[in-house]
Order: sequence, then C-alpha cells, then structure tokens
Amino acid sequence: MRAFSLTAVPSVEDAVQRSRPGSAYLAGATTLVDLMKLEVLHPNDVVDINALPLRGITVSADGVRIGALERMSDVAAHPHIAAQYPVIAQALLRSASQQIRTMASIGGNLLQRTRCGYYRDVTTPCNKREPGSGCPALAGGNRMHAVLGTSKSCVATHASDLAVALIALDVSLRLYSDAGTRTVRLADFYLLPGETPDLEHDLRPGELITEVLVPPLDWASRSVYLKIRDRESYEFALCSAAVALDVRDGVIADARIALGGVGTVPWRMRAVEAALRGARAGEAAFVAAAEQAADGMKLLSDNGFKATLATRTIVRALLSLEV
Amino acid sequence: MASSDPAPGGGIGTASDEIRIAVRVNGETRDLTIDPRVTLLDALRERLGLTGTKKGCDRGQCGACTVHVDGRPTLSCLTLAGAVRGEVTTVEGITPSDGLDPVQQAFIDCDGFQCGFCTSGQVMSAVALVRRGEARTDDEIREFMSGNICRCAAYPNIVAAIRQAQEGGV
Repeated sequence: MRAFSLTAVPSVEDAVQRSRPGSAYLAGATTLVDLMKLEVLHPNDVVDINALPLRGITVSADGVRIGALERMSDVAAHPHIAAQYPVIAQALLRSASQQIRTMASIGGNLLQRTRCGYYRDVTTPCNKREPGSGCPALAGGNRMHAVLGTSKSCVATHASDLAVALIALDVSLRLYSDAGTRTVRLADFYLLPGETPDLEHDLRPGELITEVLVPPLDWASRSVYLKIRDRESYEFALCSAAVALDVRDGVIADARIALGGVGTVPWRMRAVEAALRGARAGEAAFVAAAEQAADGMKLLSDNGFKATLATRTIVRALLSLEV
Repeated sequence: MASSDPAPGGGIGTASDEIRIAVRVNGETRDLTIDPRVTLLDALRERLGLTGTKKGCDRGQCGACTVHVDGRPTLSCLTLAGAVRGEVTTVEGITPSDGLDPVQQAFIDCDGFQCGFCTSGQVMSAVALVRRGEARTDDEIREFMSGNICRCAAYPNIVAAIRQAQEGGV
C-alpha cells in the first residue's frame, strides 16, 4: 500500500471541501482498502466519511429513502424492504459474505469495482485501470466477462448485485457536491465503457452519494433476485436476474426484469418486459419472453454459455414467483 | 510527525505522516501512534500483542481475521486502524478468564478444526451467529459462515459445533 493521509470529516460540506484530485472517500472500506493493497488504487488522501449523518431508512408515500452509509446487512434486514422489496433484500443477502455485508455501505456497494482479474492485477494491461494500455480479456480468460454493453476497450462485468435490483426498480441517487444537490436515475448514472472504460459513472470530482431513492411500486412485493454462480455462497454472479411481476387475473399487467453478471453495467431487459406485458402468466409466456434477452449479446471465447444461462435464469426467476 | 490530539475514528496527517489514535479493544482504551496504512489486524497483532486474531489472506477473502466492532463481525484486515469507531472485541475478549465461551467449547467437543489457524475467525463469526439467533437450518449456518474459509475442511464439524452452541444458548 502506498502512503496516504487519513482524515475523518464530520459533515458532507467538510467532506466535499476536503476532496481534491487524488483523494478518495472511505466508507465500509471493503473495496477501497482491498484495491489499495493491490495498488490498483493509490489515493494520496483518504477522507473517512463514516461519521457523516447519511444513515437511516425512511418510508413514505414517495417510496423509501436509504442513507448512503447504511450497511448492506442492515438494509437487507429492514422489515419494510424485506416485505415490499424482497428483490433488494435478496440481492443484498446473496452478495459477498456476512462480514462484508456488515461492513459495506450502500453507496460504496454501488461504486464497487469490477472483479475482472486483469483490472485487479497491476502487472497486466487494463484500459480501465490504465487507459490505452489494452485489454487482455478480449483474447484471454473471459469466462466471467460481459456480453452486453462491451466495447473493444473493455468487457469487464459490473459486480454489484444490489445495483441489478435497483435498476429493475428504477431508483435514483441523491448526490451532493459544492455545486449543490442533484438527483440522477441509477440507469443514467452508470456509463458504458466505450473508449473510456476508466469513466464508470456520472459522479463529478468530490461529489458524494448521500441517498438512494426507491420509488413506490406496490407490486414489487412480488419480486425475486435469482443469482447463478459457481458456488452457492460468497461468489460473484455468472448471471443473475432481478424480477418483479404484476399479475392480475392471471394476466401480466407489468413486469420489471434486469440482469447482472452479463453486462458492463447492470442491464434492464425492456424487450423482455414488453414481451411479458399482456401475456397469460405461465411457463410458455416466460420462455417466449426470455428469449429476447439474448438479442444483441456479443459472446467471447469462454462465455458463450451466458446467452442460454441468461434466458434460463429469467425463466426460473419468473417461475419462482408462483403466479 | 503530526501530533494532534488522539481522535477515535481518524487523526490528522499528511501522506506518510503518522497519526495518533485511541482504540477501544476488549474493554480497554489503547493509544497508538501509527502509519495510516496500518490495518486493525496489524495493530492488534503487531502493536497490541493480541495474536489470537490471524492473518490469512490479508485481502478480505478468508475470514481468519474476523473480530467484532460493536458486536458486528468485521474483517480486521480491510479495516484501517485509524478509521475504527466503537468497541473492538477479539477472540481474547470473548474468552472468559476461567474456561471457555460455549462456542469455543462446542468447537472442541465437535472437533471443529484440525490445524486451528482459521478457528479464532470461525469462532468470532459463530459467536455473532449464535447471539443473533437467526440461522437455524444447516444451510443457513453454512451461508452465514461462508466468509470463513477452513483449508482443513472441518466444515461439517463446524456446523455441528454451532448447532450445539445454539442449543445450549449463549
């Protein structure tokens, strides 16, 4: 780990004031300290934001507001979230290990870095870590890599399970900087890699995530997060599906589908949602709709299985909702 | 060297300057002057002589370094000592002066280890699990304990030990 200064700040104003090029905010530490040890990240100044008043989960007619420093395990255990947004609770509980869920913040979870082995290994090129150096994953080990939203510069998969559930629910983030506060839809927040895979999100220098805003969606109480992985616990997704279904008299009135483990960003499946709307709920409709998920996938040498896996993950998630 | 007042949860300093911190460990306040890079794990082992907490992967993957911060299982290898707030409890801190915690006794009774290197981390996660009273089935226990790797693969006996401790209560 390279040398840095460590400063704790008491307020968002102090945090933003303290931020400068080469500094990093410290929340749960599970990504930052890991990547600092690997020397993937090497901030000069670490600003500890854990004392900021960004806690609390507030339920109102406008939905749920989750403070960015709330910890993953606490959000998963919140009774309203567990009952009304099971897809969020399940995505959290299927993430990482209980120690990491206890430590990691919600804001930090949404900013976690890819698990691409080349990104994490400073002895190899990586366009995300070192722009212009190249992408060994294109012709190298790419079984875990993305098949949607990729470019010639980067095929790294977005690692967050929570983000997949939140993309399905169309949440927004509340952001704070010295220019004031603003609200950004999570779907607009994440950037496709294109030619600049080092730019991952629409967070301006020094800007802080202060809250996650989950809009009301009464039928999200019928939702699920299905995660397919190489082992049953403490592993990242090969493919995952966040699914919510609004069924009335046996007919699908509306649906939300997002996939993880297959995109460079969490991927909303609008074509699948459209194909489900108006159909009679059941396996035949689920299978027909899920086939849309493979459209536009760019398969790599080792991850061709993800096309089939994605459609089957969607079908199994839908079937698990017991319509 | 920066020499501000000891400040729990982070001191003041510039790159490579040492900072003064005050950490609560096993009921005592310990004042330390450290490089900001020092993890809680290294502070415990190298500075405070609390070697019960083990360094396995040092990357947040194996769980050998698990301690409690305010009762919450925490990976001390991914925690900067200068950013610790709250009360740290190590395996030394959960061990009564006479005898063992029921979880520790259950690990012995059920043969929940071979080499023992991962055991203090396993015990710290298991104590949190038993106190929470949540995981009831073997699958739920395995899920809760998945962040603690045992290279000797004593897993079936670890699950049995946790079941024994749950039934005995803590």
